[in-house]
Amino acid sequence: MATLPAALRKPRAGALPTPPALGSGWGGAAALALAVLAILGPFAWILTASFKYQIAIYSGEWPFTPTWSNYAEVLFGRRSDFAANVVNSLIVASASTALVLVVGALAAYSLQRFRWPAWVSGTFLGWTLVFHMIPVMTLIGPWYVAFRELGLYDTRLALVLTHVTINLPMTVWLMRAFFREVPHEIEEAAVIDGCRPFQAFCKVTLPLVVPGLIAAGILAFIFSWNEFPVALSLTSRDLATVPVAIARFAQQYEIQHGQMAAASIVATIPALVLMALGQRFIVRGLTLGAVK
Amino acid sequence: MDFLNRHFRHWSLLPAVALFVLLTLYPVANLFRMSVSTIAFTEGHEVWTFTPLANLALLRADEVIAPAVANTLLFVIAAVTLEIVLGVALAILVAGVARGKGFVRTVMILPILVPPVAIGSMWKLLYNYDFGIFNQALTAIGLPSVNWLGSTSLALWSVVVVDVWHWVPFVFLILFAAVAALPVEVLEAARVDGATRWQLVRRVMLPLLKPAIVVALVFRAILAFKVFDEVYLLTSGGPGTSTELVTLHLYKVFFEQNQLGYGALLSLALIAAIVAFLLVGRRAMRAARV
Repeated sequence: MATLPAALRKPRAGALPTPPALGSGWGGAAALALAVLAILGPFAWILTASFKYQIAIYSGEWPFTPTWSNYAEVLFGRRSDFAANVVNSLIVASASTALVLVVGALAAYSLQRFRWPAWVSGTFLGWTLVFHMIPVMTLIGPWYVAFRELGLYDTRLALVLTHVTINLPMTVWLMRAFFREVPHEIEEAAVIDGCRPFQAFCKVTLPLVVPGLIAAGILAFIFSWNEFPVALSLTSRDLATVPVAIARFAQQYEIQHGQMAAASIVATIPALVLMALGQRFIVRGLTLGAVK
Repeated sequence: MDFLNRHFRHWSLLPAVALFVLLTLYPVANLFRMSVSTIAFTEGHEVWTFTPLANLALLRADEVIAPAVANTLLFVIAAVTLEIVLGVALAILVAGVARGKGFVRTVMILPILVPPVAIGSMWKLLYNYDFGIFNQALTAIGLPSVNWLGSTSLALWSVVVVDVWHWVPFVFLILFAAVAALPVEVLEAARVDGATRWQLVRRVMLPLLKPAIVVALVFRAILAFKVFDEVYLLTSGGPGTSTELVTLHLYKVFFEQNQLGYGALLSLALIAAIVAFLLVGRRAMRAARV
């Protein structure tokens, strides 16, 4: 095991390949600065709005006296369920992420290692692709009908199951790419040394694809946290997730704009934290599917 | 444990298959049954009536579906075209810059990971007639305020702008990797042969980047087709039907008009359209030798 295949090696931070130079960099630097400004500008504006009183937002005064009141009202206010929404979102996202990693890693490994007949793997992978492309809205109707029949409507279980299903294609494709890079010989050696197949998978192969599990896990968590249409349609007020709560904020008769900004900022925090922790994994996760 | 080991090959795929059968295949099959039925809820129980033609009649009477399809096509074409052009241009321009690329990449991932609902809510504030940043800027230079989301002629384009802001980074990230992987020798050779910078981009880089561009295009077209969250927040389809999209309309049919049967019919049509597009897209990707 002198050299590991590319996907297994730890990506070095900032190790970007050198692109061909296109002459002087002035136009490029200007475009770059403009792009960064265009992306960050709206975030910055919303961030300042979240610290303003409603009156200051309307008057557009600058400089303004910052206030925590929007955050306090959103998170701890008596009329706000937002803290409960956050907890609920965390539960659903964590549970569905754990589940999709187990189911997805098993399926990806199975498709990669065991010689399934072509029609099995072809149908499975083809359908994951088609399902991934279909607007989820088309299936929400039948889900609603089925979950009502089963008494699962407006339960966390329904949300978890649907989120696992939605994230499964991405997880399977991503993990397959990582399993492909694990040399078969490593497992064979383990089996010769007395490992049973499932044991070899758990103790030998899985530890080698931890970067893949992290990438898939981060993406699955974020997608579940962000997911809106299913949560909107399959839950009522008590089990609303963060996106549903934000939508309700935006549709109140008298919109509290500062609170709306604060809630939006709070909703982006998990994405920011996970990105800070695992950016290199995310980049590979987001681009791997497209490049391979 | 022994059982798990002995039959590992057989059960490893089972959970995923079970999930797909129960939560995707069965619902799709159910869509067919729903599409020829009328479903009512009485005392908490579903009552299905077989009404094969009623939903077709609803389709014929639906005055929103035509503008919704037209808006969706316009939205997808406009947004994806702009995203590809801007994303490709940015990736090529940035390639020549020596420093700060890691930072740019970090910034670019941000919109992709932020909840789309939060993006919708943020842009709703940015577009606000009374205090949004755009009208503040217009007022500052003495121009009248614009009703970005409330005017029938402008609302769809305001929504397109949000989608472009949201997804140019995605196109950029794919193309950025592709530009970095371009063969340096070929570009050097072209330059030695006296190619101008524009010729270099137009005649050498773009043809070499074509596979990556097609990938980004197909991905974006499909995702743009699925757009729901931001538009639900920004306009919910209004004013009138000026930003009504297929997915928004479908939601309203299902959950506001409670027409589960007719919604199923629309869902089936939508799935058929996506599958057709996938087949075309696959041929395009093959043609570009991806």
